[in-house]
Amino acid sequence: MKKLVEKHPLAIRWFHWVNFPVLALMIWSGLWIYWANDIYRLGWGTTTLYKFFPQSFYDATHLDHKLAQGMAWHFLLMWVFFLNGLLYVGYTLVSGEWRYLLPNRHSFREAIEVTLHDLGLRKAAPLVQKYNGAQRIAYTAVILMGLGSLLTGLSIYKPTQFGWLTQGLGGYEAARVEHFVLTIGYVLFFIVHVAQVGRAGWNNFRSMVAGFEIEEVPAGAASPRLAQREPDTQA
Amino acid sequence: MALEPTPAPEKAIPPHVSPDGENLTLPPGSAIEQEATRRTRRSFIGLGLAGLAGVLGWRYLLNQPDAEGTPAPFRRVLDANGRLSAAYFRETRLAPEFAKSQGVRQVRTNGDAGLNSEIDLDAWRMVVQPYGGGKAQEFTLADIKALPRIEMTTQLKCIEGWSIIVNWAGARFADFLAKYPLASRSGQPIKDIAHPPADLAPYVSLVTPDEEYYVGLDMHSTIHPQTLLCYEINGQPLSLEHGAPLRLVTPLKYGIKHLKRIGTIAFVDQRPADYWAEQGYDWDAGH
Repeated sequence: MKKLVEKHPLAIRWFHWVNFPVLALMIWSGLWIYWANDIYRLGWGTTTLYKFFPQSFYDATHLDHKLAQGMAWHFLLMWVFFLNGLLYVGYTLVSGEWRYLLPNRHSFREAIEVTLHDLGLRKAAPLVQKYNGAQRIAYTAVILMGLGSLLTGLSIYKPTQFGWLTQGLGGYEAARVEHFVLTIGYVLFFIVHVAQVGRAGWNNFRSMVAGFEIEEVPAGAASPRLAQREPDTQA
Repeated sequence: MALEPTPAPEKAIPPHVSPDGENLTLPPGSAIEQEATRRTRRSFIGLGLAGLAGVLGWRYLLNQPDAEGTPAPFRRVLDANGRLSAAYFRETRLAPEFAKSQGVRQVRTNGDAGLNSEIDLDAWRMVVQPYGGGKAQEFTLADIKALPRIEMTTQLKCIEGWSIIVNWAGARFADFLAKYPLASRSGQPIKDIAHPPADLAPYVSLVTPDEEYYVGLDMHSTIHPQTLLCYEINGQPLSLEHGAPLRLVTPLKYGIKHLKRIGTIAFVDQRPADYWAEQGYDWDAGH
């Protein structure tokens, strides 16, 4: 018998969908700022594997000569990004959702199983609670990255008044690199995230909008999850 | 925020296999199918409306009339950020200083606004308008050099995102105001920057002799011990490109505030005009 099972609380869905455009605009305005001193590259010595960014990228995106506008957007949206993130973390702590999100002692092994399964190298699907081990690690890491962006951002925004922070992060130049690397990290996260949501399918995607997921529930059981195993065998 | 553990949700979810990829078609016309359809429709319409409201709201902000080169709501946020950092500001917090040997030999120049007119360095005078009116006073480079010489090696941070470590020398702006009490209405000198006279001007305006480049500073940053009326780089008198004979240096602000070739200084009540702020940049531009 199929049932609608509640998956994502309304608050989490709001935080998620507010964060998506805000982070996108933070990255976009950040690129406007970065353009004014676009010195980073992957490479060594005189060998450059990839320059951030090639002229073709700027030609396609028109993100040149917008430093002032970029800073104005960035220093407004930073408040939305910060407050939304703070509310999200606060909500997961108060609601107990953090129990599904923080990695536990099984997560690392699970994450390997998930990766092997997703690459087609392992047949058995991994067990999940709300999230599997790979998700727990990824979702916790991206929150820590958010904190990292706030701290590295503050340290390059106010490097004298927050000099202790800037020095702790290795100095002004290093903090700017860290801020940039974290941004690249979001882009990589986004690519994997969208690919995995695509793989998981409509039922899973809909749960981040509508909150519920359809599951097969054995007759007589309150929920499919409760039916399969006794609670607290792993929590 | 309390970090103590919260009780587990009532229905803790035990490990199970994800339903992703199962055949989850609901019986057509069943009550559960109707509920799923209703909730899905309602939620997606809600998300769509929220997205539309976001797009329209953002466009509304962007289309507000400009205030100094940036839409007014963005300018208000920049100014609010500036007030917040002013409230956090302490004159005891210093920008890091480096060994003189870490300074660059060739100091990059960036921008020559205000430097394109002829200048006779011998005839040059720094004109200072006292706070609250009164006759303008003129100072020679010798007057500035008569103040205690301060040498510091600090990081110059350009608003474009690059930085260089530079060895500077000059007189503290605060020492200038200790000797020449031009910044307070009652004519009191600044004896101790932690306890300046109560009637100190809130803002300082600096303008090049040709009035082509101009910056505004808040008084707290101006009397910070690392804010210099600078006349030397690497022990050598300033070159013309670096702002001879006298320029401002302050590691509390981006390079755009380091006005070269000081012409006129004024102490004022209102936030002074600022060359780059007029083109959409943050007026405070502070660190």
